[in-house]
Amino acid sequence: MGLIDRFLAGDRRALARLATLVEVGDPVGDAALSRLYQASGRAHVVGVTGPPGAGKSTLVDALIRAVRDSGRRVAVVAVDPSSPISGGAVLGDRVRMGRWHADDGVFVRSMASRGRLGGLAAATAGVVHLLDAAGFPLILVETVGAGQDGVEIASLAQTTVVVQVPGLGDGVQAIKAGLLEIGDILVVNKADEPGAAEQVRLLRDLTTSGADAAGWRVPVLPTVAATGDGVDVLLDHLDAHLAVLRASGGWERRLRSAAEAEVLGRLRADLERRLAVSPEGVLELSELLAAVAERRTTPGEVVARLVDRIDGG
Amino acid sequence: MEAADHTTAALSVPPSRPIRVLVAKPGLDGHDRGAKVMVRALRDAGFEVVYTGLFQTPEMIAAAALEEDVDVVGLSILSGAHLALFPRIMAALRERGLDDLLVVAGGTIPDGDRPAVAAMGIAAVFGPGTPFAEAVRFIREHAPARVDEA
Repeated sequence: MGLIDRFLAGDRRALARLATLVEVGDPVGDAALSRLYQASGRAHVVGVTGPPGAGKSTLVDALIRAVRDSGRRVAVVAVDPSSPISGGAVLGDRVRMGRWHADDGVFVRSMASRGRLGGLAAATAGVVHLLDAAGFPLILVETVGAGQDGVEIASLAQTTVVVQVPGLGDGVQAIKAGLLEIGDILVVNKADEPGAAEQVRLLRDLTTSGADAAGWRVPVLPTVAATGDGVDVLLDHLDAHLAVLRASGGWERRLRSAAEAEVLGRLRADLERRLAVSPEGVLELSELLAAVAERRTTPGEVVARLVDRIDGG
Repeated sequence: MEAADHTTAALSVPPSRPIRVLVAKPGLDGHDRGAKVMVRALRDAGFEVVYTGLFQTPEMIAAAALEEDVDVVGLSILSGAHLALFPRIMAALRERGLDDLLVVAGGTIPDGDRPAVAAMGIAAVFGPGTPFAEAVRFIREHAPARVDEA
C-alpha cells in the first residue's frame, strides 16, 4: 500500500513521512496534497506566538491537556529557527510535550524554519493541511520566538494567540506596530510573577478600542502555563473566537487570506528556485550579487534583469 | 551541507533533505550537558536535531522518532543502565515499524559491553572524547537512504 493510502487508513507513520516529503517539496508530497487538499479546511488552526522564553511550548502543552480533557484530538506544529550558517537546527519544543507519547489523540511535529523569516517554515502551511486532512479538529502552530515582525502566523491561523510575559517593557513597546496587533487573544503568561497585573492592565487599556469586523473584542488573559492556571479559560476563548468567526463570515475571510498568503509565498519561493536552477544560474546570481555589493550595479537593475529572464524563459 | 558561503545559500537550489536526528536521554541520570554539546555539534554539521530532554522512557523515544520522522536516533546515557534500557528502546522502535532507523549511542559504555550493544542493533558507540567530526561522518555515511512512493 502506498503512503497516501496508508495515510487515509490512519497510519501515523505515513502521516509523519508525508509531512517530511511536503516539507522538502518532494513530488510525492505534492501528489499527497493534491489528493488530500479537499479534505482540509476544516480544522481550527490556532497560532501561538510571542518572544523567546515567554513560555509558548509550556502553554501549548497545557492547552493540549485542556483540549484532551474536552475530548478532542489535537495536533501541534512547533517551528524553531534553522542556523543561517550551517542550515542545521535544534528543535527543542518537544521537551515540554513529552507526556503525550502514549496518547493517539495527540500528534506533535517539529519543523525547522529552513531559511524562511517571519516565524514559520515555507512548508508549515502544507504540513497543517496534512494534519487537517488527517482529521485533527484543532491544530496548534507554535512559531519561532518572535521579535517585532514575526507576524506571518496571522495569515495561516484562524485564531492568533500572542503570548507576553511581565516586564517586557513600558507602554511604548506595546503601542509599536507588530506582534500585538495580530493577536486575536493576548495572553500574559507567568502571571504569578511580579508586574503581571500591571501588564494585564496595560494591555487591556490598549485593547479597549472596540470590536473588530467580525464583532470580536480582543481579550487579555493571565495564565500560568506551568501549573495550568488560566488555560481552561484560554481554551474557552479559542472556542468562542471560532464561534464568532463562523457566525460572522470571518471564517471564510480568514481561509481566503490564508490562501492568498500561501499562494504568493509559494510563488516567491518558486521564482527563487527558477533563478538558480542550474549551476550556471547560481554562478550568475553570485556574480550579480558581487556586482551589487561592489556598487557596479544596483539591486533594482539586477531584479529587472532576472525578471526579464523569467519572462523570456 | 557545507554552506560556508551562506550569503547565497538562501537563493540557491534547496539542498537534499537535511538529516533529522533525535537525541534522547533515556533513564534516570540527570546530566544532559554532554547531550546538549553533542546536539549543538550536530546542528553545526547541518543536521536538524530534535531534542527531547531528560528522563525519556523507551515509549517516549519511539513515539518522538515516529512523529518527527527522524533518520537517526542518538541515545546519550551515563547511568550505566544501557544494557537494561537499550533492548527496551530497540523493541519500542520495532513495535512501531521503525526498524530501518540508524541508532547510535554516546556516553559511558564500557568496552566490554560493546559487543552486547552492537548485537542489539546499535550501529556505533561514541565514547567520551570521540571527536564530533567522527560522529558526524559516521551519521552522514550510515543514515538510511529513503525511497517513498505515493
